[in-house]
Amino acid sequence: MQPVLETRDLTIRFGGQVAVDAVSLAFHKGTLTAIVGPNGAGKTTYFNLISGQLRASAGDVFLRGERITGLPAPLRARRGLGRAFQLTNLFPDLSVLENVRLAVQAQSGVGLQFFQPADRRTDLIDRARAWLEEVKLIHRQHDPVTALSHGDQRKLEVAMMLALEPEVFMFDEPTAGMSVDEVPVVLDLIEAIAQRGDKTVLLVEHKMDVVRRLAHRVVVLHQGKLVADGEPAEVVASAIVQEAYLGIRAKA
Amino acid sequence: MKRQHPVLTALLVLLFVALAAAPFIFPGTKSVATASRVCIFIVLAASYDILLGYTGIVSFAHTMFFAFGAYGVAIPLAAGWVGWDAVLVGTLGSAALAAAVSAAIALLSLRVQRLFFSMITMAVASFAQILATQLREITGGEDGLTFSLPAALQPGFRLLAEPIFGVRADGRLVGYYLTFFVALAMFWLMRRLVASPFGRVLQAIRENEFRAEALGYRTIVYRTTASAIAAAVAAVAGVLMALLLRYVGPSSTLSFDVMTDILLMVVIGGMGSLTGPALGAAVVVLAHYYLQPLMQAGHDALAGVPVLPNLVHPDRWLLWLGTLFVLIVYFFPAGIVGSLKRR
Ligand SMILES: Nc1ncnc2c1ncn2[C@@H]1O[C@H](COP(=O)(O)OP(=O)(O)O)[C@@H](O)[C@H]1O
Ligand SMILES: [Mg+2]
Repeated sequence: MQPVLETRDLTIRFGGQVAVDAVSLAFHKGTLTAIVGPNGAGKTTYFNLISGQLRASAGDVFLRGERITGLPAPLRARRGLGRAFQLTNLFPDLSVLENVRLAVQAQSGVGLQFFQPADRRTDLIDRARAWLEEVKLIHRQHDPVTALSHGDQRKLEVAMMLALEPEVFMFDEPTAGMSVDEVPVVLDLIEAIAQRGDKTVLLVEHKMDVVRRLAHRVVVLHQGKLVADGEPAEVVASAIVQEAYLGIRAKA
Repeated sequence: MKRQHPVLTALLVLLFVALAAAPFIFPGTKSVATASRVCIFIVLAASYDILLGYTGIVSFAHTMFFAFGAYGVAIPLAAGWVGWDAVLVGTLGSAALAAAVSAAIALLSLRVQRLFFSMITMAVASFAQILATQLREITGGEDGLTFSLPAALQPGFRLLAEPIFGVRADGRLVGYYLTFFVALAMFWLMRRLVASPFGRVLQAIRENEFRAEALGYRTIVYRTTASAIAAAVAAVAGVLMALLLRYVGPSSTLSFDVMTDILLMVVIGGMGSLTGPALGAAVVVLAHYYLQPLMQAGHDALAGVPVLPNLVHPDRWLLWLGTLFVLIVYFFPAGIVGSLKRR
């Protein structure tokens, strides 16, 4: 079966540093792949290369068999690459609802309408509200983003990706910095997407219990290189992961 | 979206009523001309706000598009093609040209850094100024072009034999209401534009361009379209200005003073609201017209007192306007609109 997403020898250099080093991976429909590795391993950079925020120095990205290496980020998003950012990346002075509404509007392709007031497109607004309900943020819909707690901003970030209804979901440490009671809301959502069976999920996550619970497959990046790829149980137990994460724990 | 502050709405309604009835409330050639200028600058400042306030684009070429419109009607009229068809062709042609040139500048340079874009617009505007002074046969050079208006706009024209409420229904009155209704239509269209899905994307781009791209909005398309629309509207304002002055020259349309005025209006009013720049336009135009005479009065009243009369000498009016500007920026950085919002 053709993979939904594939990278071949994907590489990027920043000066002398090779942040992502010839990573070749294929991701299939209905799978959830966890990407793990210590801080600075190149996980976020790998995502940026896939979703088009950065241009590869070498190698290629394929979406449903089509080469998209040179395509700018907006066009990749339209083709179904959804991205939730590690560092929260929202429209700070707009309301929570407007943030999601903009994502719904992007998904519906009505951005270049000049005359009809956006407020009259109640269909878009209702859909935005539905996504806010999914992430349990509906009660904050009229607040400006800046009034949200860090955890709520992460949820909003997730709601915006959901609203794009992508084929490929890229979550970059979605629960980092969240309080314990907020984490399940996001994890349950990710699990629900994975269980639908028709989507492809990439998840960068440090918590090994989460990885073991959600992932069908785990890949390990270390200094930009792919160093392990396999079943969650065996990869998590492997020496390389133990070493990497013990390293993190020792530092933290 | 946030509702407009009731005081702002009230001010806007007041401005509308004052302008709608201006020839009757403030009769006289000078005050009607001032009211026309307010209408024109509302359009010009609001169109600039679409760039600066809604999209975060800093352009110094806006007066150039204003000049496109002014010369666009002046050239056929001065060449002896005096008629509404000439005005219409000049308007549509210059608006289309303004949109095309603006889109070209945007496409070529909006990809680069914002500061660089601003500098390019400045260079293009200077180039246009040079062109306008050098292409003497077409533009009249430094002297500009004087021309006749279609009959219905000439002072001698009588729409009605009898005065309405004591005001003669002459070509000037027709000209004023032409300006008023065109300005009103433009302002209404711009309000629709910024409230549309397109306008919302512009605000998103201003807030976080990177994120807008990640959602799938090609920001270059949006910013280019916004630039083109703003330029076309500025050209329409230029047409109205030419019809008001019956004269077009580099200093009245292309000079940096006009650009400074636009910036003043947008900053005083508060950008990103259209209402703010409209109010700012009224304030600045009125200051232009009435600050100087006011200072003359102060100057005369203070005759004999040491130093003071010199301070309020009418020649210092720009100094005072500048001081006012600095004070406003310092104490009300978000302009009239922003100050009302915080309360
Ligand atoms: N835009 C950039 N310019 C220069 N270096 C970068 C850039 N983005 C990432 N890097 C470097 O690439 C390496 C990988 O970073 P990152 O992908 O953020 O790691 P991770 O997400 O795995 O923690 C780091 O050393 C980082 O400093
Ligand atoms: Mg990262």
